[in-house]
Amino acid sequence: MLTDLLGFPPQVLFGQLLLGLINGAFYAILSLGLAVIFGLLNIVNFAHGALYMLGAFAAWGLATFFGINYWGALILAPILVGAVGIVIERFLLRRLAGVDHLYGLLLTFGLALIIEGSFVKLFGASGQPYPTPAALRGGVNLGFMFLPWYRAWVVVAALVMCVFTWWLFERTKIGAYLRAGTENPKLLQAFGVNVPLLTTLAYGYGVALAGFAGVLAAPITQVSPLMGSNLIITVFAVVVIGGMGSIMGAVVTGLAMGVIEGFTRVFYPEASATVIFLVMAIVLVLRPAGLFGRTA
Amino acid sequence: MNAKVGYALALLLLLAAPFAVYPVFLMKFLCFAIFACAFNLILGFGGLLSFGHAAFFGGAAYITGHAIKVWGLPTELGILFGALCAGALGVVTGSLAIRRQGIYFAMITLALAQMCYFVFVSARFTGGENGLQGVPRGTLLGVVDLQSNLAMYYFVLGIFVLAFVVIARTVHSPFGQVLRAIRDNEARAVSLGYDVDRYKLQAFVLSATLAGLAGGTKTVVFQLASLTDAHWHMSGEVVLMTLLGGVGTLVGPVVGAGVIITLQNYLASGVLSAWVPVVLGVIFVVCVLAFRRGIVGELRAFIQRSF
Repeated sequence: MLTDLLGFPPQVLFGQLLLGLINGAFYAILSLGLAVIFGLLNIVNFAHGALYMLGAFAAWGLATFFGINYWGALILAPILVGAVGIVIERFLLRRLAGVDHLYGLLLTFGLALIIEGSFVKLFGASGQPYPTPAALRGGVNLGFMFLPWYRAWVVVAALVMCVFTWWLFERTKIGAYLRAGTENPKLLQAFGVNVPLLTTLAYGYGVALAGFAGVLAAPITQVSPLMGSNLIITVFAVVVIGGMGSIMGAVVTGLAMGVIEGFTRVFYPEASATVIFLVMAIVLVLRPAGLFGRTA
Repeated sequence: MNAKVGYALALLLLLAAPFAVYPVFLMKFLCFAIFACAFNLILGFGGLLSFGHAAFFGGAAYITGHAIKVWGLPTELGILFGALCAGALGVVTGSLAIRRQGIYFAMITLALAQMCYFVFVSARFTGGENGLQGVPRGTLLGVVDLQSNLAMYYFVLGIFVLAFVVIARTVHSPFGQVLRAIRDNEARAVSLGYDVDRYKLQAFVLSATLAGLAGGTKTVVFQLASLTDAHWHMSGEVVLMTLLGGVGTLVGPVVGAGVIITLQNYLASGVLSAWVPVVLGVIFVVCVLAFRRGIVGELRAFIQRSF
């Protein structure tokens, strides 16, 4: 009956919506990381996609060389990626303090080329398979669609991580410092807070979020060196739409864009790759500061 | 005076070059030099970092190729048409992107260029993954056969000189002065009564048109337009050429293009061929950390210090 009404089976619609929600969860968690980094460093981290890929490869490497399973990787891989981020911030990005913020973008662009290029050379452009953890194989038939457990888990885990980040920033002492650092780093430093350390931690945390997303993605997509390279540009569009001012703004925009993309894939598949960019163009015309942006 | 002598010498060198160096390599260099100079107009003199110039370069490459191959337009008109279409695309993306500043400008141009890329991937006239192949070089004004590499080279050199003169004139015109004022202090330019957005958009469109000129010329030289031309790596490459040569100097982008093209050519045949993106990335990082004025900028600073 519903099929006659829509012109296609509802399973297709709900299936694509779920897929959209999963993509949206990745957009949310990646744009959240970008927002955290932007807050303290005032740079847009072009290496975010490469570090997301690094997270997936860390999971694959931990499984292949050390026999560490998915759940171990879910904790260890973000820590490893965060450590890489801390090294990048401490030894490279910090040297750019005081120069135009655009140089930060250029530096991280160079880093993305280096990281992705090295992985293509070492592992080839094709992907490595990563198994779905045993506990999350299979799924449940909801009547109107089949819900694979792992996909449900990805959405839940990403949302939990987003809420945790919100709690960390809005309800804890360190979060208060981080927000103060975003507003006025000099004043915060005058109060005796170690702002450079805070900045390093913020970058580490932001890229650890990307690493976490990478582990979540590993069983869904193949673990391939270029898995983050186009994704990051879509995430940039999401960030332009939502603005980088608020944590919840980043999460809501990310999920919404994923769902819109899913809808488009059902109703007008030709535009599914471009729809987020179109939304961005429309938002720029109607509300140039972004949906949740404070001022331009 | 010194500058004039320098330019005259450089022109003589370029005129003589095809007798010493493989002309196709030189043409590739000149196309990318036009591209980098066009990009530098907006970054170096307007202070706007566009990360989406591949859309203009690649878009014009496809349109020129299509116009010459399918519509049978004469070569010079095909290139002109491609450049004008890139300019029109520049009007659309530019008027969207100038609504935000700084880092957002870069992200918006990048995202819009990615959108164009996806359009090129799926559009039928671009030939998808295969690209647009076998574009005839045709004849120049119906007289000179461009099939000969030497004739083609002098045609490309003419386009390059034209583009360079246009950019130099623009930079030194009152328009260019206002543009620089906006780059250095936008709030002051606004307070002096300049319509800042209009200046930015005009500069952006001019830059896009010239980037299109480079793309169209490249298609004619190689008789091929492909997705590589429109990919964001290409946007990154032109940023790198400009940065390496010297942002905000007239000659810098030409030098940067020369170094990068030579490097790519050199690496492509050796054992390092798979490492090209990594090498480019390393140059990027080194430039940003230690070498922000670029080759020409550092050289100029050195000369000023010493003499």
